[in-house]
Amino acid sequence: MEELLNELKEKFSSVIVEIQEKDYPTLICKRTGFLDLIKYLKDEKGFKYLIDLCGVDYLNYKQKKFEERFEVVYHLYNLDSKILIRLKVRIPEDDCWQHSVTPLFMTANYFERECYDMFGISFKGHPDLRRILMPDDWEGHPLRKDYPVYLEEEQEWKTYKEFIQKVKK
Amino acid sequence: MGDLIDKLIFLGIAAGSLLVIALLHVAYLTYAERKIIGRMQQRLGPNRVGPRGLLQPIADMVKLLTKEDLVPYGVDKPVFYIAPFISLVCAGTGVALIPIWEKFVLSNINVGILFILALSSLSAYGVILSGWASNSRYALLGGLRASAQVISYEIAMSLALLSVVLMAGSLNLMDIVKAQINSPYKIYLIPQIIAFYVFIISAIAECNRVPFDLPEAETELVAGYFVEYSAMRFAIFYLAEYFGMVVMSALAVTCFLGGWIGPFEIPYIPFFWFLIKLYILLFIYIWVRATLPRYRYDQLMGLGWKVLIPVAIINLFLTAVLKLIF
Amino acid sequence: MATYLEINKKQINEEKWEEPFYINMGPQHPSTHGVLRLFLELEGETIVNCTPIIGYLHRGVEKLGETLNYNQAIVLSDRLDYIASAANNTAFALAFEKLMGLEVPRRAKLLRTIVCEMARICNHLLWLATHALDIGAMTVFLYCFRDREWLLNIYEKICGARLTHSYVRVGGVRQDFTQEIIDELYKFTEEFPPRIYDYETLIDVNRIWLKRTKGIAVVPPEDAINLGLTGPCLRGSGIAYDVRKFRPYDAYGEVDFVVPTGKNGDTYDRYRVRMEELRQSNFIIRQCLDKLPETQGEPVLAENAPDLLMPEKVKEPKPQPVPKKGVIFRGVEKPIVPVGEAFASIESPKGELAVYVVSDGSNKPWRLRIRTPSFVHISAIPYMAKNHMVADLIAIIGTLDIVLGDSDR
Repeated sequence: MEELLNELKEKFSSVIVEIQEKDYPTLICKRTGFLDLIKYLKDEKGFKYLIDLCGVDYLNYKQKKFEERFEVVYHLYNLDSKILIRLKVRIPEDDCWQHSVTPLFMTANYFERECYDMFGISFKGHPDLRRILMPDDWEGHPLRKDYPVYLEEEQEWKTYKEFIQKVKK
Repeated sequence: MGDLIDKLIFLGIAAGSLLVIALLHVAYLTYAERKIIGRMQQRLGPNRVGPRGLLQPIADMVKLLTKEDLVPYGVDKPVFYIAPFISLVCAGTGVALIPIWEKFVLSNINVGILFILALSSLSAYGVILSGWASNSRYALLGGLRASAQVISYEIAMSLALLSVVLMAGSLNLMDIVKAQINSPYKIYLIPQIIAFYVFIISAIAECNRVPFDLPEAETELVAGYFVEYSAMRFAIFYLAEYFGMVVMSALAVTCFLGGWIGPFEIPYIPFFWFLIKLYILLFIYIWVRATLPRYRYDQLMGLGWKVLIPVAIINLFLTAVLKLIF
Repeated sequence: MATYLEINKKQINEEKWEEPFYINMGPQHPSTHGVLRLFLELEGETIVNCTPIIGYLHRGVEKLGETLNYNQAIVLSDRLDYIASAANNTAFALAFEKLMGLEVPRRAKLLRTIVCEMARICNHLLWLATHALDIGAMTVFLYCFRDREWLLNIYEKICGARLTHSYVRVGGVRQDFTQEIIDELYKFTEEFPPRIYDYETLIDVNRIWLKRTKGIAVVPPEDAINLGLTGPCLRGSGIAYDVRKFRPYDAYGEVDFVVPTGKNGDTYDRYRVRMEELRQSNFIIRQCLDKLPETQGEPVLAENAPDLLMPEKVKEPKPQPVPKKGVIFRGVEKPIVPVGEAFASIESPKGELAVYVVSDGSNKPWRLRIRTPSFVHISAIPYMAKNHMVADLIAIIGTLDIVLGDSDR
């Protein structure tokens, strides 16, 4: 594992910002050139299994040491050498997009749709980016930190209110 | 003139009583099915309504009669109303032709078997009309599937019956039973065992029962061609299916199992053996339902066309050759 | 590209049938296990395209997890995969323990393993019952439920609840087993293998079952990994990936068991893999029960496990060189839970259930991410259902073992 991390650091020094050693080795990457890194990991190093892809919102996080608001976290696993690594890409709030890894991993399709639905991060190159868990005409992105846990009466879903009115008539 | 009126009155009473008895049989067949399947699955069947649940069919009838009769939007009203009745009539009229004992057959038509086969062909109309008139995609798919299935398995059934006709020499059901009694085998099951199996499988497919009940599968198309029917019309479809079972079993008893003959005579009940054989065949229907999973549609059609029809043709050919030689 | 709703309206209004036949297997349906909506594009009986639409059971578990503290979040996890809820509890507990650096006592590990394997048996019995019912064999359904009732009664003796257990806590388990439970479990492990044989005789060599399941939805191994299938779906294609063997947790390092794999990757192989897993789970429970007397008397909860009501703030006094008179000492807030992140995954009966938690030092998680197997398996339905018939679609949904509570969270 040490050789793997050193090799990656040498080869992709412009993409990788930092390597942290938490419970699993974590690579913090930049957005540009990220696709090459993942392609290298999948094709050459055998990390064929994408366990998870999710987004995290760091608004008002007290111990934050960077300035971007969002982070997209990838967990990759190598079935032969049993190594699990974690990749993190930092996404600023005003430039909220990320490259899509759907051409490489078919699972990423639904994961990226969920990330878009919950955080508003759009993925370039995704074949069919639309809301998956919330209704299609919902406004707002629920898992952001400035979205309330309980909605007020006026903010409730418009389609439901219209439907109730129609039925009452 | 008086003679004619006497005959008509006698016929009317006989027909009425036969109809009532057949309806009671059908109603209690539903009860027997639920009880037997329950026992096979290690649970009791219905046992609340009446002693041991014996009034369950009557309770079901009352419930279905008093339900709201929903007619969905956009149906073709005359066809929608008539379709269940076509099914019921075509399924139920066959009861009139079956000889129950030596001196009782309601109508002794000379082309008995042909008439019953024609009626089962007509019942395909009921299915397809109800599927189309319901203005629903599920009903349409179910109706198309059911009609194709019914038509395919009719051919296998007719070929199986043809072998029996060839051996007996007549299409009249009374004559077929008499020919069985006079023949050395006593029942046509022994020489015609292949035809018997083909007939039983096709009969199960004709009535849309498991393992051939894809057109009305609950878990796939949510009851297929009669999904939009409620209350009384649903009851009529339900009755039509069980009526079909009874008529097919009765036909099998007549053609293959010897009708009313038995090892020993019971003095006051001449139809005893007929009923015993009928009940055994109905039990086989219920047994198969509890045990087997369901065929997929193309495998079902493959079974009908690629397996049953060639086997029935070979059987017919063999019967003809043997009859020619001996 | 026009959306499906518009096409549907156009077809009804204009009575044009040149476009392919669209049919909607709606959210309410007897055989989609839960509220799953499938939008099918049919050509005759063959499926050209199939779009699953989920989100009908979305309850916002990830957002709610940010408002409850760590011990309370275990209750949320019960309701995800409500059939085998002990497995979900274990996933959450493992992630939180990794975050907090807790060491779980050995007796608690054995008890957790027993409860997880019981959950696996419950889940596979329910899977067999509904799969067989969808394909048409009604009797298997009732036989499986008879055995499941037995297990649910044992669960009631263990923790008081039949379905949503919350028995596994952060740091161990809630309470110990009594001798009555251990005897009953021994009796279960003795009597269960002949019953598995019963189920197999009903459907294993039945020609109709074989025709309905052999060759349906074949997934080659590379595609299975790429699609993200895990659990029995992946092992049916031949890849022996089992989290219990690759990254052992709880007491799985101590027991020995076999991971069954299939060869072809069709529905029949996945069925056989799950039936073998039933036997292996029985064997694991047996081994753990045999090891329990060695750890008699040990605690079942770690000493520094957090209480149910974790405190909001914890302060420790700031060190003062010279104590001054009359001055109130303020404290320095210290984090209750270490700042950082943790990722833990388990082998739930349906696949790989992974939890990724980010903490900021307070008693509530900052981000609680649950990667559920059903979500990924639903995304594999369009791939598997191509060029199959509508009747096969039911078999496919059955073989993927989907629960909508798991996928929609």
